[in-house]
This record gives sequence, structure tokens and C-alpha cells, in this order.
Amino acid sequence: MSVLRQKIMDAAAVRRALTRIGHEILERNGGAKDLVIIGIKSRGAPLADRIAAVIEDIEKVKLPVGYLDITFYRDDFQTAFDQPVVQRTEILFDIAGKTVILVDDVLYTGRTIRSALDALIDLGRPHAIQLAVLVDRGHRELPIRADFVGKNVPTAPTEQVDVRLREIDNADSVIIERGKPRKKRKTPKDNAYIDLDL
Amino acid sequence: MPKSTPIAKAEKKSAGSRRRKKRQAARLSSRHLLGLENMPAADIELIIRTAVSFKDVLDRPIKKVPPLRGMTVVNLFYEPSTRTRISFELAEKRLSADVVSFTTSTSSVQKGETLRDTINNIEAMKTDVVVIRHRYPGAAHYLTRCCNSIVINAGDGAHEHPTQGLLDIFTLWEIFGSLEGKTVVIVGDIAHSRVARSNIFGLVTLGAKVRVCGPPTLIPVGIEDLGVEVYYNLDNAIKGVDAINVLRIQRERQSGAVLPSLREYTKLFGLNRSRLAAAGPDVVVMHPGPINRGVEMTPEVADGPQSVILSQVTNGLAVRMAVLYLLCGGETTVAER
Repeated sequence: MSVLRQKIMDAAAVRRALTRIGHEILERNGGAKDLVIIGIKSRGAPLADRIAAVIEDIEKVKLPVGYLDITFYRDDFQTAFDQPVVQRTEILFDIAGKTVILVDDVLYTGRTIRSALDALIDLGRPHAIQLAVLVDRGHRELPIRADFVGKNVPTAPTEQVDVRLREIDNADSVIIERGKPRKKRKTPKDNAYIDLDL
Repeated sequence: MPKSTPIAKAEKKSAGSRRRKKRQAARLSSRHLLGLENMPAADIELIIRTAVSFKDVLDRPIKKVPPLRGMTVVNLFYEPSTRTRISFELAEKRLSADVVSFTTSTSSVQKGETLRDTINNIEAMKTDVVVIRHRYPGAAHYLTRCCNSIVINAGDGAHEHPTQGLLDIFTLWEIFGSLEGKTVVIVGDIAHSRVARSNIFGLVTLGAKVRVCGPPTLIPVGIEDLGVEVYYNLDNAIKGVDAINVLRIQRERQSGAVLPSLREYTKLFGLNRSRLAAAGPDVVVMHPGPINRGVEMTPEVADGPQSVILSQVTNGLAVRMAVLYLLCGGETTVAER
């Protein structure tokens, strides 16, 4: 099957979207008081840094930024074939009573955000949680919506939205791919370490 | 829809390398944890990396995460244990599993039930994971052949104690970063020690240099074949090492006269302040517990600044959470049941 790739956002579009999100966050919350920004790893983390930088530019206040790893809270842990590599949650401040701006790259089924909400609430009781995403591609499976959206992109479930950020991928862009072949699966051996002839 | 834009070759290339990185194996190559013998370095590193995240969870106000929700873990302890059993139980509970613990003194084992019958009966109650400690080497391996559960070896006779080996490695890894080229000496009863064997297998796999030291009666013949250096003099053995792992003298496993007396053992192989001072101020002192204070180690060494014995215990919890987490995830656990 041929693979079709289409670029829907370039570096300038990503920058403009994040700047607008920064303004919208301040407008919605009447300033930067009691705001904290938490990015979902991997690609929500640099986006959280950039939104914090935008807000610092506008309001001249440095907001606390944290990074959340949701692996332990996924609902597909016992069914997904490939387990994601566990990363560290780095939130070095108390979120109790704060308004948390949760940041991720793509909003799709909503399951990542559900996991992130559980993970956040285990860390404390925030006053409110608001969601900012760079791309909303639709196809929600849970009653979740974003408060701040960089770009709404209508997609088919067979397509893949690939967000690239310079901090991780050396370039800023959002690309849609179609017709991607499914990866092959490898099962672990029943017992790979000991080979006894009994 | 926006216009289609051609993508530069360089960008394509970087995306490819990223995708490879993303697909990095996040699962162990075995379905059970029976020992560190033949465990690939990649698996040990994956467990260590995962344990780092679980250690963070232990410092939170809510020390519980949900991945093992709905799974049932059975702890089968055919030998007495406090540290390992509590550590496994806490690890299971902090991953939200349902836990059943079983000790032989209060069970039908007293009425003569075999291991195979015990496990088949327990498994008929729909359990998912079995953690077993047994006095016979190979007991955990035997279980993998007579039941469908995931089996974790919590010590089988004098064979292996893989989670202890992993937590010792994790503790050293936290201090030194990499174990490549580091020298670790294991002191004491090497012949009867499953901790020593698991440590040797894991450390050698990760490229550390391993020495063993003890009286000749407690050093098995041919241990050099595992890639270790043998010392019979403690002062020589601890010269130039990065860490000293002191083992307990296991009198319950020794048959016959392997030691003239404990006093002589302490004199020749006990770690005390002056010996440790001669080894150097940066040498790390470890002990798998329980300590015979004043036999293999003096209290001032056990409680001294170079001792990491209590952080070994904390790390044990994180490592056991990581092992349970990595073995229980993924669809094979559902499909093969």
C-alpha cells in the first residue's frame, strides 16, 4: 500500500497557534495567577515549555512547568501489545488549589487525557484542570473536550497524525499519513532465559 | 484541507530514526522471572529504568498506581521471610493488584499436599501471578511447567534470588550510573547463597568485575567459570573495589562443619571499621539482610555512612513493582491464559 503524507502545519503555523493559545489561557483565567502548566510526555512536554514562554513574554511572570508520564494510568495496559517505555513524572511543585493547564500534542480518543486526569488527581486536588492541545483530530471515545485548540483537523481513523517538534525531532511540523502498513508483532518466549532439557 | 507540501529528505530521515527510538522494546524477553542467568543486559536495563519511575511513586502522598487492577497475585512462601514477602506484598498492593499470601506453617502443606496440587488448586481460583519462595532449587522453574500463571522466583534454595540481584544492581546503578568496569566483591557464604549467584550473573552481564571472598569451604569449586575472581583473604579482596556486598552466614543451609567457629569467621571475614577504612572512604557497603550483627559485619559499619543497606530495601520495593509491571502488561498474559 502506498503511503500518502501531507503537511498540515509548518513551524510558523505551530508558533502562531501556541501564541494564540497563550493569549486565550490568560484571557480565560483573567491573568496568570495560580496557573501551572503540565505537559504530557513525550510531545506535550516541549509544548508546555513553549506555552509558558509565551505567557512569560506577555505577562512577565514565570509559571511553574511540570511533565507528566501517564504510562501507569493507561487503560490498555493489559491488552496493548507494545508497552510504552515508562518515563518519569517531573512535577516539583504542589498542584493543590492551582489551575492546571494540561498540554498534549494530539487529542484523539480522549483516553490519554482520561489517564492524565487520574494521574494528576493522585498528585493533589487542583482547583481546575484545563486542556490545551496543538491538534484536535476528532474521534473521541470518551466525553472529553479541549479548552484551547491549536488546529482542528478532520481525519479518518485510518490516518495517523504525526506531530514533530524541534526539541525532539529537530523540526516543527504536523503531518497526516495515510495507508501506513501495520507493524508486525513479536511474542515473548515462554521462558527465554533457561533452556533446560528435562 | 490545506495544500499538500513535499517533505524534505532530511526530515524524513530524522522521522525514521525517531520511530525506531519510539519502538524500543518495552517488554521483557521472558514471560517469567526465574533468574538472572542468561537474562540479556537490555532486560536488566529496562527493569532499572522502570524502577526509577516507581521509586518516584513511593515518595508521593498517594503511593498507589492502577496498572494491575483486577489481577490476582499469590505469594507462595515455603520458607520464612520478612523483607522479601512484605516487599512483594507492598509492591503488588501499590500496583492495585489483589494479593493472597500463603505461608506453609498454616496451610495444607502440613497435611502433605504437593507443590503441584497446591498451585493447581490455587490457580483454579483464577489467579494470574505466582510469587514463589522455596527451599528446593528449580521450584519456580517447575511451576512454569505445571501452571499457566506468570511465575516470579522469590528465592529457590541455593539457586537464584533474581529480585535481590536486581535491587542490588539498581542500588549500585543509582550510585555509579553505569556498572561497566566497576568492581564488586561479594563476601561470605558463596556456596549456599542464591543472592551471590543472582548478583554474579547480573553484574557480569552488565560488564562489572566481580570478586568473591570467603573461607575455602564456602566457595564452590569451579566458581571461576562464572567469570569471577576468587579471594580467600578479605583484606586483599576489598582492595581497590567500588562496592562490598556482605552476605549473611546461612546456618540453616549449611550441613556439617564448614566453619570452625563463628568467632573465627568474624576474625577472618567480618567487615569492621578498620578494614573498611583501609578499603577507602568511597566504597559502598551492602547487605541483603537479615544482618547477623557482629558476625559478618560490625554494627558501626552496618549503620555507618558508607552503608546503603536501607536504601537497598527501598529499592527492592521499586524493583519488584517494575518486575511485576513489566511481566503483567501486554496481551500475551490474556491470550495465553
